[in-house]
Amino acid sequence: MSKDIKVSDLLKIAGRSYGSRLLVGTGKYQDFAQTRAAIDASGAEIVTVAIRRTNIGQTAGEPSLLDFLPPDQFTYLPNTAGCYSAEDAVRTLRLARELLDGHKLVKLEVLGDPNTLYPNMIETIAAAKVLVKDGFDVMVYCSDDPIIAKQLEDIGCCAVMPLASLIGSGMGILNPWNLQIIIANAQIPVLVDAGVGTASDASIAMELGCQGVLMNTAIAAAGDPVLMAGAMKKAVEAGREAFLAGRMPKKLYSASPSSPTAGLIA
Amino acid sequence: MQLMINGKPRSFDLARFSVKDLVRELNLEGKRLAIECNGEIVPRSQFPEVMLVEGDKLEIVGAVGGG
Repeated sequence: MSKDIKVSDLLKIAGRSYGSRLLVGTGKYQDFAQTRAAIDASGAEIVTVAIRRTNIGQTAGEPSLLDFLPPDQFTYLPNTAGCYSAEDAVRTLRLARELLDGHKLVKLEVLGDPNTLYPNMIETIAAAKVLVKDGFDVMVYCSDDPIIAKQLEDIGCCAVMPLASLIGSGMGILNPWNLQIIIANAQIPVLVDAGVGTASDASIAMELGCQGVLMNTAIAAAGDPVLMAGAMKKAVEAGREAFLAGRMPKKLYSASPSSPTAGLIA
Repeated sequence: MQLMINGKPRSFDLARFSVKDLVRELNLEGKRLAIECNGEIVPRSQFPEVMLVEGDKLEIVGAVGGG
C-alpha cells in the first residue's frame, strides 16, 4: 500500500484514528515478553485487556502486563470477558474506567454459555444501554444477527463486532452473508471479533468490508505466535487493499483470455 | 477487624483504617488497581478519606492479559 493511501485510510473509532486495522488480545501467551513481541509484529495499536482480581500477597516488584505494554504506546480496550450478566459487565467496565484514569473506550461482551462462549445478546443489549448512557464508548461483541447489530448501533455503540465463529474456535468466517448484511446496514465500524483461525480468515473479513479484525487465540495459540502476528498484519492489510481495489466479478467461465487472441502463429 | 477482600475473609489488627491504609497493609502501594467497596467504586483520590468498617466487601482489581 502506498504511503499516501495508508495515511488517508485510517480506522476511525469514537473520534480517534488508527493506522492499524488489526486489534489484538493479550491473553494466552507464554509470558509478557512474548506478548509484547507478538503485538509489535502485529502492528496493532489497540490491545484488549481483562479486568481481574489482583493477586493479594504477590511480591511487590512482580512485573505486570502494563509494564510490558505502556499505556502511552497503546490504546487499551478493557473487556468484560467472563461476564455472564449485564450487571457484572457494567461493574467490570466501571472498575476499568477507574483503573485506567477515566478511559472511555471499552469492549463489551456478555457470554451466555461457558462451553461455547456464545454471547448472550439480551444481557449485552441491557449492558450497552447503561454503558452508553454512562458515557462509555462501547465496542460491542455480538452475534452475527443483522437486526441485533443494528439495535446496538441505535443504542449508541461506537462499533459492532460480530463473531466470525465461536471464541477460540479458529473456525474462520462461517457466515459471510450475515456479515455482509451487517456491514451494508451499519453507519458505524463493523469489526470481526472471534473465530479467526489463520491469515486467510482475516483477509476474507476485510475483503467483505469489515473495518477491522480483533483476534487473540489465532496469534497466541499459533505454533510461532510472533510469526503469525506478522502474517495477520499482512492479511488484514491485503484484505483491506483488495476491498478498496474492488474485486473482479466472479464468472463461471470467461471467453476473454489474458493474452491477445490475435497474432498467433499459424 | 474482618473484611472480605476478593472473596476471601481477612483479619486486620487495626481497629480503624482507610482504603489507603488497606492498600499499604496488602503491599499493593504503587500498583495500578481499582477498588470497589460494597459494590461502589472508591475513586483513587478518595483512598485516604474512605474509612473501612467491619464486614466491608472489597474487590481489588487490575488489568491482565485477555482477549
